Amino acid sequence: MINGRVHRYGDNIDTDVIIPARYCTAFTEEELAPHCLEDLDAGFVKKVRKGDLIVAGRNFGCGSSRENAPIAIKGAGVSCVIATSFARIFYRNSINIGLPIFECEAAVADAADGDEIRVDPTAGTIENITRKKTYSVPPFPDIIQEIIRAGGMVEFAKKRIQ
Amino acid sequence: MGMTIAEKIFAAHCGKDSVRAGDLVYAKLDLVMGTDVTVPLAVDVFNKIGAKKVFDRTKIALVNDHFVPAKDIQAAGLSKTMREFASRYDIKSYFEVGRSGLCHCIVPDSGLVVPGDLIIGADSHTCTYGALGAFATGVGSTDMAASWALGENWFKVPASIKVVYTGTLQPMVCGKDLILHTIGMLGVEGALYGCLEFSGPVVDRLHLADRFTLCNMAIEAGAKAGIIEADEKATEYARRRAGRTGTAHRSDGDARYDRVMEIDVTDLEPQISHPYLPSNVRPISQTEKVRVDQVVIGSCTNGRIEDFRAAAEILRGKVIAPHLRLIVIPATQEIYLQMMDEGIMKTVIDAGGVISPPTCGPCIGGHMGILGENEVGLYTTNRNFKGRNGHLTSKVYLSSPHVAAASAITGVITDPRSFN
Repeated sequence: MINGRVHRYGDNIDTDVIIPARYCTAFTEEELAPHCLEDLDAGFVKKVRKGDLIVAGRNFGCGSSRENAPIAIKGAGVSCVIATSFARIFYRNSINIGLPIFECEAAVADAADGDEIRVDPTAGTIENITRKKTYSVPPFPDIIQEIIRAGGMVEFAKKRIQ
Repeated sequence: MGMTIAEKIFAAHCGKDSVRAGDLVYAKLDLVMGTDVTVPLAVDVFNKIGAKKVFDRTKIALVNDHFVPAKDIQAAGLSKTMREFASRYDIKSYFEVGRSGLCHCIVPDSGLVVPGDLIIGADSHTCTYGALGAFATGVGSTDMAASWALGENWFKVPASIKVVYTGTLQPMVCGKDLILHTIGMLGVEGALYGCLEFSGPVVDRLHLADRFTLCNMAIEAGAKAGIIEADEKATEYARRRAGRTGTAHRSDGDARYDRVMEIDVTDLEPQISHPYLPSNVRPISQTEKVRVDQVVIGSCTNGRIEDFRAAAEILRGKVIAPHLRLIVIPATQEIYLQMMDEGIMKTVIDAGGVISPPTCGPCIGGHMGILGENEVGLYTTNRNFKGRNGHLTSKVYLSSPHVAAASAITGVITDPRSFN
């Protein structure tokens, strides 16, 4: 179960603002997290609490293929990203590293900064506790579910090698 | 029901007679490409997976291009990790500084792409290789690492959008203007998860450099790939570079498309992408004469010899505006030498420009020309997101090499047709 406060952002949040290239000589959570979203919202790292969620509009994570972006978000303590849609490389990268992501236009439309949201990934529900609204998200395709169940691509690939 | 080029390539790589857009498949890979910024994390993941060998040492390309020559100690460490991995697994196509270039130019130029290939690269502009009739798409480091070990990966077969260009391009209007205009129409997510299939008589007449530019920026409309049916030009290039011609797939007459866009380019002007999104495109006649501090001509989008010839033609015998810096970046050493042979280097230097070794540097805000506070850049690169190229208050406009060269002379964004 995922439970946390919402940090609400707009459309087309690109990987350059999630983690600028000047920090991409590093790739660990510890090194990247302090700079997460710093070119979009300089105060983000200070205000985010472990378990909080990012809720954003369309095409979240567009731009570069840098996996440093979901790693920075995960490292900052974000438990989940809910967006109207995701750029496809960011989508794959998040699944691969075990950062939960969900596409849910209705939940995004209603959510505001500071709302409390609870996500039940197994049931496929997103509950905005502040606004007393519940949304359902369709299940991931089988292949993606297998990767998620394995805990990410490392464990998934480990099994496939054998 | 017929298939698109994309569907045919996926069918051929997953051992099926046919696949449909939306199918999830495991497909065998012909090439897995990575660079100095994405390989080190992948090496870490590869080791965590516990892989003892790579699937095929001849189907992996490792390219030094982003932060090279090493911009700092950390960057030196990234290249070192990649170098050691290449040596340990005897990777055939390891490109060292001095024998390297921007990945999306050196990889096809080295004969690593032929029509019909299925390629992934841990760089979002991997879609460039679609210009040769290959299906090529960007992934992250973890996908690359798993693919090094397994030689395959999972894909959702994308639906295609067919873009048909008709009419005749005006002088000083090129592939970059076509793709900027198209991204402007589609928006940055207009082709999300899909494949942009570029076709029509205008594309048939384009040289390969312009076709690489077209496919390179497919990602800026959110596309998974851009693709062009391989014709005689593409096949001849593959024959010359790779010594083989691959499989030239054609879309069937009854193939299904998400959308077909027909664009008459006869009246198309040079296009300018305004800050802070590549899709924020306006024709040059509707672009104010913005004062520019720095012009960059180069990148995997426009760093080929044809791009520099176009720029040199405008720059020849002229000097750039006194307040402005012009940075010219050949994409590969081969192009660098060609520019020397053709006198383009002299033209650039005489005009007051500087020539950088092949690097992604300024395009990603890495090094070799970072923008300062409130500075304005006019770049032939592919992205102009906020803060990407330097200080958060800096701004970048995207254009063709023609516009970039003309603007370098005047110091403001300028229509190159006024130099005719």
